[in-house]
Amino acid sequence: MSELSITLCGMKLPNPTILASGIVGISRASLTLAAQGGAGAVTIKSLSIEVRKGHPAPIILTYPGGMINSVGYSNPGIDNVGDEFSDLTSVGVPVIGSITGRNEDDYKILAEKAAALNFSALEVVLSCPHTPGYGTMAGLSTPEKTEAVTRLVKDRSRVPVFVKLSPNVMGLVDLAKAAEAAGADAITAVNTAGPGMIIDIVSRKPILGGKIGGISGRALRPIAVRCVYEIAQAVKIPIIGTGGVATGQDAIEMIMAGATAVGIGSGVYDRGITVFRQVCQEMQAFMDTENIKSLKEIRGAAHEV
Amino acid sequence: MKFELPITVRISQVIEEANGIKSFLLPCQLKAKPGQFCMIWLPGIDAKPVGISYQTKDHIGVTVCAVGPWSKKVCELKEGDLLGVLGPYGNAFQLEGKTVVLVGGGYGTASLMLLAEEALSQKLTATMIIGAKTEAQLLYRKRVATLGLGAIYTTDDGSFGERGTTADALARILKNQKVDSVYVCGPERMEKKVAELCRDSKVRSYISLERQMKCGFGVCGACSLDDSGKRVCVEGTIFPGEEVLQMKEFGQYHRDSSATKHHF
Repeated sequence: MSELSITLCGMKLPNPTILASGIVGISRASLTLAAQGGAGAVTIKSLSIEVRKGHPAPIILTYPGGMINSVGYSNPGIDNVGDEFSDLTSVGVPVIGSITGRNEDDYKILAEKAAALNFSALEVVLSCPHTPGYGTMAGLSTPEKTEAVTRLVKDRSRVPVFVKLSPNVMGLVDLAKAAEAAGADAITAVNTAGPGMIIDIVSRKPILGGKIGGISGRALRPIAVRCVYEIAQAVKIPIIGTGGVATGQDAIEMIMAGATAVGIGSGVYDRGITVFRQVCQEMQAFMDTENIKSLKEIRGAAHEV
Repeated sequence: MKFELPITVRISQVIEEANGIKSFLLPCQLKAKPGQFCMIWLPGIDAKPVGISYQTKDHIGVTVCAVGPWSKKVCELKEGDLLGVLGPYGNAFQLEGKTVVLVGGGYGTASLMLLAEEALSQKLTATMIIGAKTEAQLLYRKRVATLGLGAIYTTDDGSFGERGTTADALARILKNQKVDSVYVCGPERMEKKVAELCRDSKVRSYISLERQMKCGFGVCGACSLDDSGKRVCVEGTIFPGEEVLQMKEFGQYHRDSSATKHHF
């Protein structure tokens, strides 16, 4: 029988599937639901300093290429989640915190406050493509900013720090290297692509309340696989390959590109909250057929030796 | 394959249901089941979850109460204006037994109307209790009369029907006759009273819950309930009364669009 458990930055995960940030994840209970659906670890919906109501609806649409979202970082603010994220043992799997700021000062404060919560790791998001003042729209996707923010967070964190990068920049590899140089423990690759827009031709208006949105799911997967492949050649720290993974085959592909773990987001829509368990079963079936004993055997297998 | 994109249509009829409450008939086929809802998109403004209160072969209807900025704008719309429809979403009411009672409070009554029609077409003995604060806010009186449904009206101020609450009327029915199942949609404190009544009378109840919903299909997490994590838009909106009474947040608190908790 093939083995799906992995160690990621010292965390023991029963399997390599991780609930990606932004999908459910607003509360301990919603994280527990994903854990019960088979996730090996779960990531919370990102926290900012201020209380954010997010964009008007529709905030998420699906179309033949997958999903487009413009949630707009709705969250109660990091000061108001003490009750929610202090004791996370009931979730049953490691919980990864996620923080999103507008600038270095925000990240300094967020990292200090996150250290008081009970996360097993902390993901730093520098890559939202569609929220004004955040991510790529705030110019955070440069090697200089990536290095500075990573260092600030790393200095204040007791737990492993993941840096989540955007597929929408030239020189993604330089960002990954900058994060590694600043002490990041892992890279999450990638955030959503785009941004994109869908217009309703009857009302002649963009449908998303935020007008533009990040693209995930089917359209994102080959982009994400390429990003993971390139990053894997450039850094030694583990990669959480995220982008359009919805089947065991997709997950295996991501691992062959060089990922240690796989993030799943839009897949929750495609296959329901038990997508994690389904992906694991399909991975296991493939590994059994191909006589692969552990994921280590195939990690980065697509790279030329 | 189905995609979560709005179908934008022109309003074919506006029905004044009560003071500040209107129904909008929309030419689209959803094949919705009783108790399901859709996201209604006011193009360029916002979309909100609304129970489906009318359905014919080629139309659905939704009932909107002018309470906030979105619903006030929707209630200004006229025939021929545009609305987008996403859905239908959520699970559905399942009729159980031969004698059923439907309990609707305020605009929650809207989500029970397709069920009322279904109960009549199955020739069940169906009673509908419709409650509101005052006569001017009572919904569907003409429609209920036309359907030939046994109806009891309650108002808090006694301006029409019985003075009191829907729970008072239900308590009397449960005391006097055998009821197989009860279906409820209304303000949460009313739902709690009704669920407790049914539990104490050992009658099955099914409660439709309302929570902040942004996507409608289980992705955003806004409507996730404590402590199960169940999403009102996917695993609900309808839950058995016994389950609802075990929910930590039922009758206690709900979350707003930033996921900040507010007590009822």
